[in-house]
Amino acid sequence: MAPSGNVLVCVKRVPDSTEEVVLSEDGLSVDGRRSGFTMSAHEECAVEIAVQTVAATGGEATVLTIGDAEAVEQLRNALAVGCTAATHVVGEPFTFGPSDVAAEIAAVVRDHEAEGRAHELVLLGNDAADSGDFQVGIRLAYELGRPVVNGASTVSVEDGDDGPVVVAVGEGPEGQETYRVPLPAVVTIREGGVEPRYPSVPGRLKAKKVPIEERRPVSEPKGPARVRLVLPPPTPSAVEILGEGPAAAPAVVDLFEKLGVLSPGKAAP
Amino acid sequence: MILTLVETDLEGAATEVSLEAVTFARDLSAAGNGVPVDAVVIGDVSEDLRAELASYGVRNVHRVSGDDVAAYSGAGWASAIQTVLAAAGSVVLMAAGTDRGNELMAHVAARSGASMAANVLSFSGLSPFVVTRQVVGGAAMEEMNLHQRPAVFTVAGHAVEAKPADVSGAGEVVEHTPSLASEDLVARVVSTAQPEADESGALTSAKIVVGAGRGVGGAEKFDDVLQLTELLGAALGVSRVVTSAGWRPHHEQVGQTGSRISPDLYIPCGISGAIQHWAGCSSAKTILAINSDAEAPMVTRATYAVIGDLHEIVPAINEELRTRGYGA
Repeated sequence: MAPSGNVLVCVKRVPDSTEEVVLSEDGLSVDGRRSGFTMSAHEECAVEIAVQTVAATGGEATVLTIGDAEAVEQLRNALAVGCTAATHVVGEPFTFGPSDVAAEIAAVVRDHEAEGRAHELVLLGNDAADSGDFQVGIRLAYELGRPVVNGASTVSVEDGDDGPVVVAVGEGPEGQETYRVPLPAVVTIREGGVEPRYPSVPGRLKAKKVPIEERRPVSEPKGPARVRLVLPPPTPSAVEILGEGPAAAPAVVDLFEKLGVLSPGKAAP
Repeated sequence: MILTLVETDLEGAATEVSLEAVTFARDLSAAGNGVPVDAVVIGDVSEDLRAELASYGVRNVHRVSGDDVAAYSGAGWASAIQTVLAAAGSVVLMAAGTDRGNELMAHVAARSGASMAANVLSFSGLSPFVVTRQVVGGAAMEEMNLHQRPAVFTVAGHAVEAKPADVSGAGEVVEHTPSLASEDLVARVVSTAQPEADESGALTSAKIVVGAGRGVGGAEKFDDVLQLTELLGAALGVSRVVTSAGWRPHHEQVGQTGSRISPDLYIPCGISGAIQHWAGCSSAKTILAINSDAEAPMVTRATYAVIGDLHEIVPAINEELRTRGYGA
């Protein structure tokens, strides 16, 4: 029998990175009102892994976010694909630095444990699509005194010799790396190992009925040490149009020859 | 003193991005009264590597070895780097902005109670120490205050060009064989599988990459771009739309959540150029966009473009290449 265990998956409401980036007037955050919001691709995969893990182990998948009132949308999306509980730490996300976020998640984990809902496995994205800090999961692991695997793309929970272990697999510089780590543990997820499911209509209806636990931050955030955000200067387009349609093919191959990217050895004698 | 983590490739040579990080460290040293630049390498240091680092101005090459660091563990390697930091009296610790570099710097920062800035492009002052780094996949930049010591950060790929120093450093090897706490070795790599031949970093090291996006139109419609890829001896890179739709495997994805490429020539076919994708291909030297929309961001940012249906244009290019005897 697979070991039982609850999973906490942490997500962040971020501006949709398929659109142009616009900054807020004070230059301290990205204004996503024009682009719309989403959760990062890594976190969509983390949610999928959380749902698959509890389907195998019989535990509960809880989704957590730190964000403004609107971030409920991301919690509902995770509930619609199979998470069954949600916690919302209400605050302005751009006022939290990576250490602040880790401290808030750790506080939720400890409080839930005190209530008898221990999260043996905590999943996060490898990095947030907006702030790109690459460190929240690692800081959380130190806060909780747990081991951490970073950048895994597949995760499963198995019985080990001394209790349940998480088996996490990800790409390393020399190939695919496997970790076997005793629970409780923290794992950060990188996109690519699982296919996030789309919410069904019944899933969405069910998600609407799940009560969301609302919390205030446990401490005043120290902040991200941000001086300001800036956009790169707009570069005027300098594109040279080689032509339209298939008639441009000779010009394209002329360009390849000019750039010297065609190996001369490949040319006909 | 400035300590730079140097990562090595499968042949034991310093990676290009690590040499860029050492170059960045030297620039920082020059701005800070010439404080010495040291390197830390976990694993073997060949004479070639030592000499190369010396030519980059490195004073000491700290070599960390022993059973405790033989297999990778984030906490264990970070602990070993902390040992070197303490022994060398370093106030700045940096690495290349690779997966490993970001991970290890995050561990050291968390253990030292310091901030960590990922993917730094430049610095604008020493007191206070303010760095500019990539956020939103490179679409915006953040100016960040790194006031704590050690100042810990990673350097974004291609933020600076790797250049040997005018004056070589001593490049003296200093050995470290730290004994690590068992709790730091709990999350440790237990096995490494060799990548399949077609996944072995071919995309990130390719000189030419042919890109394919939504415009291709379906999993069964890749023949033309695959032929072009083969004729050019290139690698295929795809947008997130393509992998999300299941048309091609994830390891071919270029972008913020895929590979970051820096080829001499990138040929995106039917890719609009969303931020997510641009984050992965903006380091290409020359971009030739093939797109039906002349206003697509990929076209306006490209060096060259051909406007029209890729399924008419790409076969014509393939034919022209064959006619001229290439890839025969």
